[in-house]
Amino acid sequence: MAASNGAAFEQPASFAFDAESEAEIAKIVTRYPPGRQASAVIPALYIAQRQMKRQTGSAWVPVKAMDAVAHRLGMPPIRVYEVATFYFMFNTKPVGTYHLQVCTTTPCWLRGSDAVTEACRKETGIKGWGETSADGMFTMTEVECLGACVNAPILQVDDDFYEDMDAEKVKQLLDALRRGERPTPGSMAGRQNAAPEGGPTTLTTLHFAPEA
Amino acid sequence: MPKVTIDGKEVEVPAGSTILQAAEAAGIEIPRFCYHERLSIAGNCRMCLVEVEKAPPKPIASCGYPVADGMVVHTDSKMVRNARRGVMEFLLINHPLDCPICDQGGECDLQDQAMGYGMDHSRYEENKRAVPDKYLGPLVKTSMNRCIHCTRCIRFITEVAGVPDLGATNRGEHMEVGTYVERALGSELSANIIDLCPVGALTSKPYAFVARPWELTKVDSIDVLDAVGTNIRVDARGPEVLRVLPRINEDVNEEWLGDKSRFAIDGLKRRRLDRPWVRENGKLRAATWNEAFAAVAAKLKGLSGDRIGAIAGDLCDAESMLALKELMAGLGSPNLDCRQDGAKLDASRRDFYTFNTTIAGIEEADALLIVGSNPRREAPVLNARIRKTWLQNGMPIGVIGDEADLTYAVTQLGTSAKTLGALVDGSHDFARVLTAAKKPMIIVGQGALRRQDGAAVLAACWRLASMVGALSPEWHGFNVLHTAAARVGALDLGFVPGPNGKDVDTMLAGGVDALWLLGADGFDTARIAAGTFVIYQGHHGDVGAARADVILPGAAYTEKSGTYANTEGRVQRGFMAVYPPGEAREDWKILRAFSGIIGRTLPYDTIEQLRARLEQVNPVFGHIGYLPRFGCTDPNGPASEVKALADAPVVAAVTNYYMTDPISRSSPTMAACVEAQSQQASPALAAE
Repeated sequence: MAASNGAAFEQPASFAFDAESEAEIAKIVTRYPPGRQASAVIPALYIAQRQMKRQTGSAWVPVKAMDAVAHRLGMPPIRVYEVATFYFMFNTKPVGTYHLQVCTTTPCWLRGSDAVTEACRKETGIKGWGETSADGMFTMTEVECLGACVNAPILQVDDDFYEDMDAEKVKQLLDALRRGERPTPGSMAGRQNAAPEGGPTTLTTLHFAPEA
Repeated sequence: MPKVTIDGKEVEVPAGSTILQAAEAAGIEIPRFCYHERLSIAGNCRMCLVEVEKAPPKPIASCGYPVADGMVVHTDSKMVRNARRGVMEFLLINHPLDCPICDQGGECDLQDQAMGYGMDHSRYEENKRAVPDKYLGPLVKTSMNRCIHCTRCIRFITEVAGVPDLGATNRGEHMEVGTYVERALGSELSANIIDLCPVGALTSKPYAFVARPWELTKVDSIDVLDAVGTNIRVDARGPEVLRVLPRINEDVNEEWLGDKSRFAIDGLKRRRLDRPWVRENGKLRAATWNEAFAAVAAKLKGLSGDRIGAIAGDLCDAESMLALKELMAGLGSPNLDCRQDGAKLDASRRDFYTFNTTIAGIEEADALLIVGSNPRREAPVLNARIRKTWLQNGMPIGVIGDEADLTYAVTQLGTSAKTLGALVDGSHDFARVLTAAKKPMIIVGQGALRRQDGAAVLAACWRLASMVGALSPEWHGFNVLHTAAARVGALDLGFVPGPNGKDVDTMLAGGVDALWLLGADGFDTARIAAGTFVIYQGHHGDVGAARADVILPGAAYTEKSGTYANTEGRVQRGFMAVYPPGEAREDWKILRAFSGIIGRTLPYDTIEQLRARLEQVNPVFGHIGYLPRFGCTDPNGPASEVKALADAPVVAAVTNYYMTDPISRSSPTMAACVEAQSQQASPALAAE
């Protein structure tokens, strides 16, 4: 039981939604018909996780927070536990200040996610997946396809995608994070969104007929 | 109705049936793990695969596939056999090969079906998955490596029991069935998941490593620990009752059994009265039957009939109560009572004290008022039926009494009995709800009837039932929910004070000089007047025996063949599974033997003769197991003034489900349940 329910670390004794979270939940609940507010469970868990980030610096959902969600949405706690443990976006254990999520699915892997992983390890001292660095700054997890394959490999930090990564860029990114900076998310190779590197590569010779 | 051909057999089944149901109608068995006819369809074990002609060319899970007219199904084709073998191979990948040390061995669905579809060896060479075992309280033992994720337990606890504690956490390879946060299951029906589990993942904790199913003798019986009359099977080995399982009876318990009825049986081995005792100089001394009988006979000899009384307890069979009644008649005593809790039950007409709607009839109701009862604690199996109805039709349910989670949404009408008065005069809103309903039901609990104004409560409930249209020739919506298995039988036999007879209160307060307690100890024995000579005939050395001057050791329900009428008035018979311990004897035989000693021999020598007499006294005892549905032909209610309703709060009769009688009070398992439940906060509201 210990590994799955989080007995190996300390669960907070209580959890209550603060005013900001409560306002967000109230807004989300109105999206669903009366009596169907349980549909808001996933957004509500996100709200709880973000509140934990604000309050403790670690974005995770303790059992008490799941209970609070269950109580707020009028559903049995076990139904919330099921959802929270099903999706890996919800951390049921404390994580570091920055949550490094390395995509290792085939396109990222082909484009060098191994190097990204290795760089993360080297920079943070983390040995394996799911571990937190000794200074509590970083937790590294392995995730499946993040859906940004055209800019592979991806390193997701908390909610932000950092794309076109390589070992050097990982080092720069982590150094910046350590300094408290937050580099602009997106392509680290300087290209716009998913546009080709170094400017357009197709339709460059297209000429239109002069207007008559 | 669509016609379906299954393996060449043509059957006609109701529209909306699944292939699996149609196959059952055709008498063809389809293997399954997750499908259960009383639970929602999950379709996740894939064992019930069949081939359907002109359907997509792949095996189809028959449990969740509705039939269509003209469908042709093959349940034993090459494709089906291959598919099922494949499913079985996958199931066995992570299932440990520990049948020799598994309690399910011999009655395991997986074991049985692996005989049909399993391979003789495994092709799997990787590591098996290991899952930590879960703590689910003192009743259910887990061995989660064996779990095949059929989710029957989750669906039962969520749907039928209505106390959603169980779920599947994590996913894929890491999916685990459990409570996530460690807690004992909060439901009174929790142990049914042991029966439902198709493998050995959930087994009985008290029965762990005790016996193999083929060692047991199986005897049909009737449960007496509540008034539902659950049909049970008693499994015994030698002199010992090892376990109790439910039998299917659609009209009573479907196939469920309350935890107390299932696990209190270890109380049958403790604190038993296995020989007669006689009090001499203030101390009880072991005696022989002759000495005990002589002591009683000597005491009764000098007493006139009106100074002798008898009280029947909660667990008595009808045979022994009739024998005691006729013994008292022989002694000239009109002082009889079975209402040891002081409930103001009216024995003048049968439908004044039975559950007239019947348990199966609850499913037709469309509005319900519960007065002074907590059916979840008093009759969990019956409560499951109320919940089932509520889930189906969302009927409004009002409760007069203390607030409790009954596993369905209720409107709390208040705790005062005066609320009932407001309902009767129509000034309360809920009266309109009941009137608007086509088949309203009212359930009166013993908690409301044992009050000082119990008679007024009974009359008010009847008047309300009559007012809201619950009493018609087609529908009888007036119900008394009993807590004692013996009560309806006793009332049917007229085990109530005769002309000028004394009731329980008068008898206890010194109204009699000699008091015969037939398993009766449901009251404070300190109330028995100091000079009263007490004869305790029963099976447990509980409070009644401690006060007794003579103890006559009787038989518990598993040790005698007995007839019981449940709260509906359904007469059912249980059979003897084991012999009574030591010198103890079947209760009617004790009474018959004693009647011979005092020269007022009862006119029956065999149980058959006694049962013939039983039928003579009340013909209902002639219809075993059968209860016709009846409406109300005479709307005149019990004679009492509704005005007498008091303001005092109505409380349910049973506060501690796990300990209600001498057997469960002696049971270590029940004690463990009480401890487990008191250690954790009450489970979350199911009906929130």
